[in-house]
Amino acid sequence: MLGLSAKDTRFLLIVVFLTLATPFLLQPFPETSSLAQFNAGYPDLMQKFAIFGIFAIGFNILFGLTGYLSFGHAAFLGVGSYTVVWMYKLLGYNVLPGLVLAIIISALFALVIGFISLRRSGIYFSILTLAFAQMSYNLAYSVLTPITNGETGLQVYLNDPQILMGENSPTSPHLFGIVMRDSTQIQMGDWLFTMNNGYYFCAVIAIIAFYISLRIFRSPFGMMLRAIKTNQTRMNYTGLNSRPYTLAAFVISGMYAGLAGGLLAAMDPLAGAERMQWTASGEVVLMTILGGAGTLMGPVLGAGFIKYCENIFSKINDGVLHGWFAFMPDGIEDLIVAMIHPFVGKGWHLTLGILFMLVVIFLPGGLVEGGQRVARLFRRNKKAGPGDKDPEHHPKQAPHVAE
Amino acid sequence: MGILEVKGVNKRFGGLQALGDVNLSVAENTVHAIIGPNGAGKSTLLNCLVGKLIPDTGSVMFDGQSVLGRKPHEINQMGISRVFQTPEIFGDLTVMENVLIPCFARRDGAFRMRAFETVAHEKDIVEKALQMLEDVNMADKKDMHAASMSRGDKRRLEMAMCLVQEPRLLLLDEPTAGMARADTNNTIDLLREIKEKRDITMAIIEHDMHVVFSLADRITVLAQGTPLVEDVPEKIKGHPKVQEAYLGQAHG
Repeated sequence: MLGLSAKDTRFLLIVVFLTLATPFLLQPFPETSSLAQFNAGYPDLMQKFAIFGIFAIGFNILFGLTGYLSFGHAAFLGVGSYTVVWMYKLLGYNVLPGLVLAIIISALFALVIGFISLRRSGIYFSILTLAFAQMSYNLAYSVLTPITNGETGLQVYLNDPQILMGENSPTSPHLFGIVMRDSTQIQMGDWLFTMNNGYYFCAVIAIIAFYISLRIFRSPFGMMLRAIKTNQTRMNYTGLNSRPYTLAAFVISGMYAGLAGGLLAAMDPLAGAERMQWTASGEVVLMTILGGAGTLMGPVLGAGFIKYCENIFSKINDGVLHGWFAFMPDGIEDLIVAMIHPFVGKGWHLTLGILFMLVVIFLPGGLVEGGQRVARLFRRNKKAGPGDKDPEHHPKQAPHVAE
Repeated sequence: MGILEVKGVNKRFGGLQALGDVNLSVAENTVHAIIGPNGAGKSTLLNCLVGKLIPDTGSVMFDGQSVLGRKPHEINQMGISRVFQTPEIFGDLTVMENVLIPCFARRDGAFRMRAFETVAHEKDIVEKALQMLEDVNMADKKDMHAASMSRGDKRRLEMAMCLVQEPRLLLLDEPTAGMARADTNNTIDLLREIKEKRDITMAIIEHDMHVVFSLADRITVLAQGTPLVEDVPEKIKGHPKVQEAYLGQAHG
């Protein structure tokens, strides 16, 4: 189906199901329980899952397949956001023209930056991309204020032209009248499920983005990219120049980043320079490595994991902790709260950092490798034949790039 | 007039004259070996042929066209494939993918996007790659991780990757370096088979006399950057100049 093998089709269908069911799956605890704060099924967070999922999928096409580590992808994210907000200001609140233009403009940016940066590889390539992103950030912050509105950030004002705005057009981002921030809420007993238009819009785009990345992974082009990662010398002596391949991968991943940035502005009609800062570029690197670079699902998992930590752990403050441990004697309660305190609330980065270190040390293949190990454990228990006893002396099969 | 014509090539690294006035002519459909003691300039000469180094003076013509100033990938597209001293393969890919890539490279000639196609749909290319793997007795290993194979198998795979491109000239840089006797003999058998079955010209740089004398049609002996003699193997064996180059002043 759709040019995919049976296995990949099944895989894609699972992804589609999980994406569409997210508002229900991420809401496992009833509203009234004390665990309700671990629910992640609210629109703002779910939108971030989808958007940063797209960002990471695109980044993985460059980093996961070719091994070129870009530290400047946030620049494209920012370009996408600015483009969409400008389209709001000039045309109106329909998100479509902005998103299309965001992809085109970020592709042009990626073409220029990639053309220059890809003259070098390894650490020099990373530094060049970082330099470009920081230049973009500083320009957006200062010199380009007429375009970016500097520190305040770009937003829509009442006196903007908005030439396509009709009498009854919605006054917030929409797609042909479907307003992004509107939601349908379903109450089932103690559970409250929010089905947000914006989330489903992002989810559909994320599924398309995932499908395209799946096709690229399985294509001859994807195979060439993996070959470049493994051995550039052999690639050159096989009669292929690796530069056009890496540039194509760079532009594609830049387009994904521009789309993700555009979607951020489609959910919330604002664009600020901080979106281009190097921390944002670093975040997508963390997402990809945490989930599993070079795997299809890994970057999405990594993006979800980091955004979940950011939004959920940071909400847990001392008051909440005291609530949890209230059953203990006062002295011990205070001690435990004091011990957990640095890891939650404003200190959520500490938790994330420790988790990241654990993953990199014990699961170099990321969360996906963790999942595969667990799956293998179950499978081995099922059929512990004599053939499995000596894994060292069996030829290793090539790791499949799916899962 | 040979398929490869090297004329008056000089290469100097600082104060060291690595190649001094090298002339070499490799005739089509022959195996030409280049031998010589350590530091004779064998590898420098090879690197000048594939575009890795550019000679200071002289000319290198392949099939009437100069290769000087061209990039390795352009020279490959002219019809020259190279086997390295340590096998250069795509370690993270499967054996099959390793052979598919040169197939694509030869057919497409240069960069093609092909991001929305599948490998399985390229029936002629898949067939060609499978046939090649069968020719080198590796069809059963096609789904293996290339990096996990033995040294001998990696060498075999690298040869397959070069041969599937149907090169007009195959350059081999010490194909048996660091190999055990059994692996060396396997490689010799493989090369002999290639020589018999295909219309191919080979230039071999080699240390191992056993390999050279069992394969080569002609041998050039290189010493201190200059060709000493060029002749058929039988004449090279007892040639006094060759013994001198290898053993020093044996009779002095």
